[in-house]
This record gives sequence, C-alpha cells and structure tokens, in this order.
Amino acid sequence: MEILVCARRVPDTSENEIELNSAGNDIERDELVYSVNEADNYAVEEALQIRDRVGGNVTVVTVDSEDGEEILRRQLAMGANQAALVSDDAFNGSDGKGIATILKAFVEKGHYDLVLTGVQADDGAAQVGGMLAAMLEYPYASLVNSIEVEDGKLKVSREIAGGNREINEIDLPCVLSIQTGINEPRYVGMRGIRQVASVPIPTLARSDLGINQGAVGEGAAKVKRIDYFVPASSKGAEILHGSREENANRVLELVAAKGGLN
Amino acid sequence: MVGTYSPANVSDWLAPGRDLFLALQVLGIASFIYVVSKRMVPLVRAQADPRFDRPLTRLGRVFKFWLGQWKHPRYRFAGTLHIVIFAGFILLAARAFTVLIVGVSPTFVMPGLSGRFGPIYETLTDYAATVVFLCMVVAAVRRLVFKPARYAVPAKFGKRHTADAVFLLGLIALLMVADSLFSATRFAGHAQQGQSAESLAFLSLPWMLQIAIASMPLATLRALNVGAYLVHAIAFYFLLCYRPFGIQFHVETSLFSIYFSKLDRGTLKPVRWDVPDEHLDQVKSFGVKTFEDFTWKHILDFYSCADCGRCADNCPSNTVGRPLAPRFLTIKARDYVFQHYPVFGKPNNDSRLIGNIYSEDEVWSCTTCGACEEECPLLVEYIDKIVDLRRGMIDDGNVPQSLQKPLKALESRGNPYGKMEKKRGDWTKSPQLQSTGPVKVLDAKNDADTLYFVDSITSYDDRMQSIGRSTARILSGLGKNFGILGSAEKDSGHEVRRFGEEMLFQALRDHNTEAIKESGVARIVTSDPHAFNALKHDYKDVPPVEHISQVLASEARAGNLRFNSVEEWPENNDRVYTYHDPCYLGRHNQVYDDPRDVLDSIPGLKRVEMQRSRDRSFCCGGGGLMLFYEPKEEQRMGVVRVRMAAEAGANVIVTACPFCMVNIEDAIKVAGMEGKMSVMDLTEVVDQHMVREVGEKDVTTEKLELTTVGG
Amino acid sequence: MPRIFAYIVHKSGVIDDSAAELLAVARALDPTSTPTAVLTGWGPDFDLACKSVSSSFAETWKISNQALAYPNAELVRQALVRVLPSGSIVLVSHDHFGIDLAPGLSIKLNAAFASDVLAIDGVEGNVLKLVRQEFGGQVSTHVRCDISSGAVINVRPGAFKPEPSAAVSGVIVDKSSEVGTLTTRRRYIETIVAEAGDVDITRHSLLVSIGRGIQEKDNIALAEGLAEVLGAAVSCSRPVVDAKWMEKSRQVGSSGKTVKPKVYLACGISGAFQHLAGIKGSPFLIAINKNPKAPIFQVADVGIVDDLLEFLPELTNQAREFRGVAAK
Repeated sequence: MEILVCARRVPDTSENEIELNSAGNDIERDELVYSVNEADNYAVEEALQIRDRVGGNVTVVTVDSEDGEEILRRQLAMGANQAALVSDDAFNGSDGKGIATILKAFVEKGHYDLVLTGVQADDGAAQVGGMLAAMLEYPYASLVNSIEVEDGKLKVSREIAGGNREINEIDLPCVLSIQTGINEPRYVGMRGIRQVASVPIPTLARSDLGINQGAVGEGAAKVKRIDYFVPASSKGAEILHGSREENANRVLELVAAKGGLN
Repeated sequence: MVGTYSPANVSDWLAPGRDLFLALQVLGIASFIYVVSKRMVPLVRAQADPRFDRPLTRLGRVFKFWLGQWKHPRYRFAGTLHIVIFAGFILLAARAFTVLIVGVSPTFVMPGLSGRFGPIYETLTDYAATVVFLCMVVAAVRRLVFKPARYAVPAKFGKRHTADAVFLLGLIALLMVADSLFSATRFAGHAQQGQSAESLAFLSLPWMLQIAIASMPLATLRALNVGAYLVHAIAFYFLLCYRPFGIQFHVETSLFSIYFSKLDRGTLKPVRWDVPDEHLDQVKSFGVKTFEDFTWKHILDFYSCADCGRCADNCPSNTVGRPLAPRFLTIKARDYVFQHYPVFGKPNNDSRLIGNIYSEDEVWSCTTCGACEEECPLLVEYIDKIVDLRRGMIDDGNVPQSLQKPLKALESRGNPYGKMEKKRGDWTKSPQLQSTGPVKVLDAKNDADTLYFVDSITSYDDRMQSIGRSTARILSGLGKNFGILGSAEKDSGHEVRRFGEEMLFQALRDHNTEAIKESGVARIVTSDPHAFNALKHDYKDVPPVEHISQVLASEARAGNLRFNSVEEWPENNDRVYTYHDPCYLGRHNQVYDDPRDVLDSIPGLKRVEMQRSRDRSFCCGGGGLMLFYEPKEEQRMGVVRVRMAAEAGANVIVTACPFCMVNIEDAIKVAGMEGKMSVMDLTEVVDQHMVREVGEKDVTTEKLELTTVGG
Repeated sequence: MPRIFAYIVHKSGVIDDSAAELLAVARALDPTSTPTAVLTGWGPDFDLACKSVSSSFAETWKISNQALAYPNAELVRQALVRVLPSGSIVLVSHDHFGIDLAPGLSIKLNAAFASDVLAIDGVEGNVLKLVRQEFGGQVSTHVRCDISSGAVINVRPGAFKPEPSAAVSGVIVDKSSEVGTLTTRRRYIETIVAEAGDVDITRHSLLVSIGRGIQEKDNIALAEGLAEVLGAAVSCSRPVVDAKWMEKSRQVGSSGKTVKPKVYLACGISGAFQHLAGIKGSPFLIAINKNPKAPIFQVADVGIVDDLLEFLPELTNQAREFRGVAAK
C-alpha cells in the first residue's frame, strides 16, 4: 500500500512555555524547541505498522521552510521510506485551505492509496485533512484510533464522545486524520537520525507542483491570525469566600464557561 | 598400591587392567577436551573483551576470591559449607590424580609426596574425603528438607533444579566413597597379608570402611578394590565430562571468570571495546540483540553461574516482584547457549533475545543498584549486560512510551522534565540563600576553584532544591569558593547511559565536559551520587570529583566543621536517625563511613543501623530515568526500605541522594507512615546543626517538617 | 450579513445542548438575525427532535433521508451542500461530529472555515472578527475571517453561554426532496460502547481529579457521582494509584498520563510538581483542598478551602439541577 503522511513541525508544547513576545504580535520563539506534531508522529507510526503488515511504501511530506527538513529526517529515521519538503515563499501566510491546496497538488503527483494526517496541530484547527479529502474527492474519517486493512478498503474506528468508538468501513483511496494514542510510536534516538543524515530529501517549489499563485499564500487566505494575546488572569488562585452552596454554584458556572462541558 | 592389589595388574578382563584404565583415562580426557572445545565455540564467535591487562592485579583477585573464597561467608552457613568443600577439593586434587594414574602405573607417587610429607598428606586427605562426604550429605539434606528460598524456581522460569543438584551431590559423595573404599580395601588387603601399609586416619571414612571390611576374604577385598577403583575412575570422568553441561561447570570456569573479572568498578562497558567513540557511527547495530552480541566474558559468566541464587535474593527488583531476577538472566542465557551451541550437533542460532528468552520489562526493571554483583561469589557481571540489552532495544526503537518523553526532553532541553535550560540555575535566586549562601554562576565574569555540579533533579524539583540550598549554605559556611554552571549545565547523563541511550549520553557528556573545562575549576563537588558516579567514571578529562559527604567528613576530621548539639532543638528529642546508603555512593563507590562519621560528629544524635546497610543496602527504587518508568511490581522498593528503617527503630531516614529522597518520601506516604517516619538529606541535617559564625545560628528559615509536601 | 444556519445535533429525539449555544453565537454575529436550524435524520425520533428545535429557532430546515438515519458526516455533508444556499454562514459545534463534517463542508461550499472558535469580536463588513486559542490553549489569538463567500464556523462547546429567550413557535420546512440520492464511500457499521475500565482521561475536557485528600477508597464514589453528572472522567494523582484505589490509567502526572482538559477540578490534591507536570495546555484549574496552604492554590485559577468530602456532594447536587437531570 502506498501511504502518504502529511506532517508538520510545531513547537513542542510539553517542553516549552508558550509566552508572548515583547511586541505582542507573536509568541516568543527564540528558545522554543520544535518537533513533529504529536498526532502526526502517531500517524507515521501507524503508516509504518500498516506497511510492515501488508507491504508497501511510506512517504512523509511537509509544507514548511527548510526548517521542515528536521522533522522529515526524524521520520525517515523512524522508518519512512522517503520524505519530501514542499517549500516556497509563495506559500507563506497560507491558511488551512491554502495548505490543503498545496498538499492536494502533491498528492496528485503521486499515487497514494492512503493519506494520513494528525487530528490537529498547534493551532488546534483540525482542518487540513478534511479539506484535503474534499478537494481530492476522497472519503474522509477523522479522529481515527484504529485501522484494519481489508481488500480495497479499511475498517476504521473513530473516537466519539464518552470513549465510545464509531466503526466505519471506508474505501481506498481515502484520507484519515489520526488521533494520538492509536499506537505506541517507536523511539527515535540521535543515532537513528545520524544514520539517515545523508538521505536526500527533495524540495518541491510551487512551480514543481503546478500550483496557481492565486490559490495559496497570504493573498488567498480567507482566515488570518492578527495577533496573539493572553487573557488577563490573576496570580494565584482566586479563593472563593462564599457559603458552600454559593461556591458550588460558582464552580459549576466556571466549569461550563471554561469549556468543561460538552 | 604395590603388589597384587593394583588394579593395573588385573588380568581377568579382555585386556590387562592398565590398558583398560589407560583407555578409560584417554577416553575421559579426550571427551572432556571435546566438550570444552564445543563450549568454546560461542566464545570465539562473541564480541571482543579486553581482559588480559594487569595480570598481577588479576592474579591477586584469584587469590582473594577464588582461593580465598572471599564472598562466600556473606551467607554464613552455605558459605562455610562451600569453603570446606572447596578446601577439600583442592586438598584432594593430588590424591585423585594419584589414584587415577595408579591404575596405569602402579608405582606412581606424586612428586613431593614420596618423602615424609606423603603419609601426612594421606592422613589429611582421608579427613578431607570424609568431610567432603559429610558436606554432601548436609547439602543434600538442605536442598531436600530445608529448601532455602533462594533456590526456588518460580514457575515462569521453568522446572526446579533440585534433582540435578542432588544428582551432582550424590556423584561427588560417591566419588568420596569410592576413593575411601579403594584406600580401605588396599589397607585391609595389606593388613591381612601382613604387609606394612600407611595407616588410615582415625575416624575417617576410609578408616570406618576398613573396620567394616577388615575380615572379608582376600579375594573379596581384591574385587572390592578393583570395583572401587573402577567406580572412582568412572565417576571422576563422568563428573568431569558432565560438569560442562550444568551449573557445576563453575568448578572449571570459576578460576577464569574470576581472573577475567572486571577490575574497574563503576565503569560501564563501551558499546564496542574495539570501536572508539568517534567511529561509533559506523557500527551497524548497537547493543545485544542476538546471543553473539554478548562478549566472550559474558558467555563465560553464563557458564560460571553456580545457581546459588544469592544475586536474586538481594536483588530489590526481585524482592518487590518485578519480572527481573538476575540469576535467571544468567540461567536462561546458559540454557540458550547449551541449546543453540550443543555439544552434540551444530550451532543453530536463530533469533532475538528480547521477546524470546527475555522480556522487555525484565530488562527495563533493573535499577543498576549492583547488589547482584556485590554478592556473586563468582564475580559474574550483570550491569553491563543489562545496559547492552537496553542498547539493543533503544537501537530497535523498542522503548516504553513512559521513557520516550523524558529522553526526548533530555535531547532537546538537557533535562528529563522538559523545563527550560535558562531556568536551571533559578533555584539559586531563592531568598533563603541570599544572606547565608549566595551562589555564583560561573561564566565569563565569575570563576571559582570548586564547581558544585547540581544536576537536573536538584535544579528543577521544588522539593530537591532544598538539597541544593543546604549544600550551597554548607559550602559557603565552610568558606569554599564555589559556583555552579547554571544554564550551561545539562543532565549528567548517568541514567541516560545506563538505560542504553549511548549517543545521547555522549552528547550530554561532551557538552558538560566542555562547560566544566571552560569554567576553569580545579575540583568538583556534588550532592547527587549519580552525578558523582558519572563524573568519576563515565566522564574523562574532568577535574577530580567528590561527593559532599566526603567533603564534610574531611572538614569534620580537620576540625573545620563543628556542630551544635541536638539538644538545641528539644522538639526533635525523640528523633532516631538511620542512614540509608545510596547505591551510587555506597556500593558502587564504597563511600560508607564518611556520611556516618559526619552524623556521628553531631553531639547527641541518636543513630541506628538497618540490618541491610553498607554494601547490603536495599535500593530505594532507582534514580534518573527510573523515576519515569512504570514497572510491574507488587510493591515499591521504597516502601520495603521504609519498613526496614522502622524495624531498626528509626523515625528519620537520612540519605545522601535526591533520588533516594524522592522515592523514600513517596514511600512514606504510600506506606501510610506519615508522622511516624520522615526523611532528610545529609546536607539538610548538617545545614540544620552546623555551627556558623556567631549570630548566624539557626539561619535555616525553612522548617523541614516531618510530613513533607507532595502529591 | 449572510443567512445564518446552525447545524443541530440530536440523539434519540433529544436536542444536544449545543443548539442553545449556536443560537447564542448567531446572536453574537448578528443580534437582529433569525438563524435557521438545520437537522438531518430519519424516523420518529428525528421528527421529535425537529419539533423540539422549532421552539427555539424561528425556522427549522428538516432533511429527512433514510441514509441519514445515523449521522455519517460524509452523507450529511453531501446533503447540506445540496440544500444550503451559497454564501451562507453555517454554525457547527466543534465536537467529534463537527470536526468530521465542517472542514470538508467549507471546501464544498467554497466558504471560509474557522475552527474551534471561542468568541465573536464583531463583524466589519465582510470580515468577521473572532477569538481562537493555539498551543493547547496557552495563548489566544484574534482572527479575521473573510465571509464574503460564506463561512463554516466550528464553535467550541461551552464557550458561548446560552441566553434565556422566549420560546418561539418556529416553522419547520421540509427540505428532504432537494437532497436527491446520497452516496458515499464511507459506511457506518456500528458503535462500540466503552467499558467502564476503558476511560481515557486524556480525551476529556473536564476532569474531576482526586488526591490523597479523598482519604479512603470508598469516598471515590463521591467523585464518580459528580463526574457522571457532568460528563467528566475521574482522574487522580499517584498516591491514589499506589494505594490501589484507582487504576494506573487514571493517573495524571509526569509518570502518569498527560492531560489537556479545558477544566481541571483538583480535589484533595496538594499540587506537587510531578502531578502538575501532567496537566498541559493551561486548563482552568479549580482546586478544592482543606489546607489553605496547599501549593495547588498557587497554580489554581480558583480555590475553595473546604472539606472535599462535604463539598463534592453539594457540587454534585447542584450539578444535577444544572444539567437538568432529575436527582436520583
């Protein structure tokens, strides 16, 4: 099976403290540690496991500046067969649809039975996979937490509310977005990366993929981030001093307001 | 034996006795050589291991551990038994050979025994044979009736070894009986014929047998003599050839396993002895994945294990029910090599060890505490093998998720918690330090002659930072000119290496070495035994390093460090302290007395000793990456240790390692002993009691409560 | 302002709470608007749901089709594309269904897509200003969305407070005939319900987390009762696991699971670093602890100094009313 995994290089939230920079227009990026988006890592591991079960090829692609090579190399060290970097200044400022457009062009240059993305990345949008599928006119399933390969199709389970699982059958070729926890990704150490240090990673520009300038980049973006900010909050807990009933009531209000109920 | 009673002269069979016995000897020796040469095959195919250096030192160890049976008395009864048996064997060696040769050359006498010493030797060996025989009986009874726990074989590790053990004991006993009967019949024969003969030792086995047979007819005596001889020869050669098929092979291999044993305590085997660090990228496979990845010495270890179970008996992992028992690491490997490199048949090696004879959890469960190596009378090595097996798993990407997070954090941030590098030195900004122990960060502007290497947990963990503060205050109080590396310091990498991530360790080591060199310090002090061990044994070209307890002890001896009496804190009147030896300070580096001397210099401090202390100290649960691993166990090592402290009558455990502190603190809560037991670091105890300049007493504004904070 | 539609999720004839939230979003977008509810389904339960919705929405579009009996996002998307006018604004709740449906829907409608929106800042001509979060909720961002050709907006559940409004007797418009034949290459097979032990605490947006303050295994039932009413999961700190009162899979911490909930209720947890290290994404942290000096109060957003064995039952009772579930 020919499998493509779309990966993304993101600041590692577990090893960074995300803070605003002094200008207030971005996060402080100077001391950030970057790595492959966690869900994408699970997707690559899943692709590798499928390949090892049924045979085939795993390709990892990312749309990024040359910094993206870093994560591609790590995924190669993990066991992917090849990697590709799609990079062009023209892509800067693309919104989710722009990225999906770029990836669509890449997918159409190859022959992939299965395209995987992670459920969501650092922006929490969870959109590229679904958009890509719609553009390619491939069936799509999100929040996938298990995959069984059958003949020409897959049996996938989606994670739905309450820990339940929705079982679907989906025809190939298709696009899936992979949820964290689907498997246990193998470890990639410094040694592994050194061993793939000289594997060539082709870089594809806009013209290589035949992408219309008007479809990507800042000009085409319909959704733009203006700034980053941190809502005001106090240091240390605000201690509630009401009666038990009043406090309980306030707690419930806060739980609801802060998104704890769904 | 002279005259008609020599088995050599027997002519009743197809060939003369001497020819038959010669054939038997040749067959026996040839078979033995064949078996041993087959046993050598895997050693020849294994990895290199340079153990031929420092011959005099090695010889010295042979005297101490092999001839001197140094480790044996650690288990008093069995140890004494073994020493006696061993001494008996050594003594009997010349006699056994004489008996064998006499069947071919009847007049043979061993060189040196022809004169006056001969009869003395005969007497000694009469008793030796008797004693060995008795020991066999005692040993068999022990095995069959008393069944010491450490010989038990849990079901998952196979069948019991009792039958084989008793069989061997029986064979040796038979050998003794045969030898004794041979002597007895010879004496009786001579006596009946009125010839002179050396007398048998009074009350020895030969002596008693002789009493029983003295009045038998000569012909019977002759037959018994030949029979005994035959049994002796067959038993001897059977044993010789059988030993390499089981645990008794240690009789032959122990000399070598001890001669070639590891000389440099605390060091780890490199990935490949024959590959320097710079060329490691060219090595295709790291670690032990298949059997031939072991070194020849490791395979020799598998042959040399006597199945005594002392290692597993002292192994904390085994005690708490983790899947690891060192004894079975060895026995399973031995069974593997016996199966795949058979004496009869061709080598047929197949596959990976992990998932086959070893499970992943078995290998990850080891805390590298070293208790097994400390106990083993044959000096079998374990830590290097565990590390090599881990290297193999890491190389294959087969790492539990719980360890992947901290490893990744170590790679990107230089500490397993994922905290930012620039905050590593922030603990020094604590207001509790400013007046009493301000800490310099060594950089372009600041230098000092001493580096306080803090390491990750003491730098970042809220609770352990108190150890850092205490150490800083102590060093200031002693007038030391010291500083820390601050954000230039990365994790020492001690556990990174022992968990098998060699390349990450080297990156950390190289970074730290560079930083240390740039700081220009002349010496290093640390309050973390893991960092201490790393800097001492894993790092090269760094200034000499001491643990804070060593510094404190020498200052106390010099009179520079004085303490207020515990009576200044009447609320602590009922405190009874016990010192817990951290594995990497005690067992691995043999620093046992310094921390105790420091505690004992505090006037009025009540201290008791736990039963398992010093080199028998019981591991708290492990440090570094071990804090992240999720073992399958029945209880926590820390809980076992806390109960030991309570049993010793203590209510405060003093330790000298931040990881011991974490584990024991957690254990106190889990064991429900809050309020009844507490734990302090040595530096905290010293900090509290040390005499400072006038007016500065009681500067520790931190109240170290008995129930410490945690969640 | 383009026409606003709200896709309403329902189950067994009952409307999901998000319906009221979407109504609030529509109001925030355009206070004068009368948003149209859109539902897909099949059968008597569906009819019931539509009737129920029509008491809050002035107009309800009902798309009834046997293929839509189970809400398969692929089929729903197809249906919506055929029925919705171009240039509309479609509001969807950002849950497991919305995540499945919306991105592809935005492409098919050639509309902009804004995901996991927390607040509406206003509309300026064809530009919608909204608020999102990034990096697991550690920072917020202002986003401008061009709605000149419509938009699909996924709304974070619970971010918009439903406003009380008078009931309306809305009209139900049957749009079923505009859908035609629906085909898909993804077929729903079945739903496997999670076993009690299968709770994955990393998936929950609300955690009721207990520490040593729970004191006894039997008291855990108090936390479980609250969690059940609130649709949350019970998690814990390490001592609870070590005491074998809960399974390891419930442990939050550096040697347990890493969780990224929106709200974390720390009950009887003192707040050790190892435990807090397992909580990512800066959730809203409410701490309940008897000890006013517990370190958790330094990192919590809101704190209550109270005996959790007394507080939890009170909280549970109120939660039942809050959720409209009859007290048991």
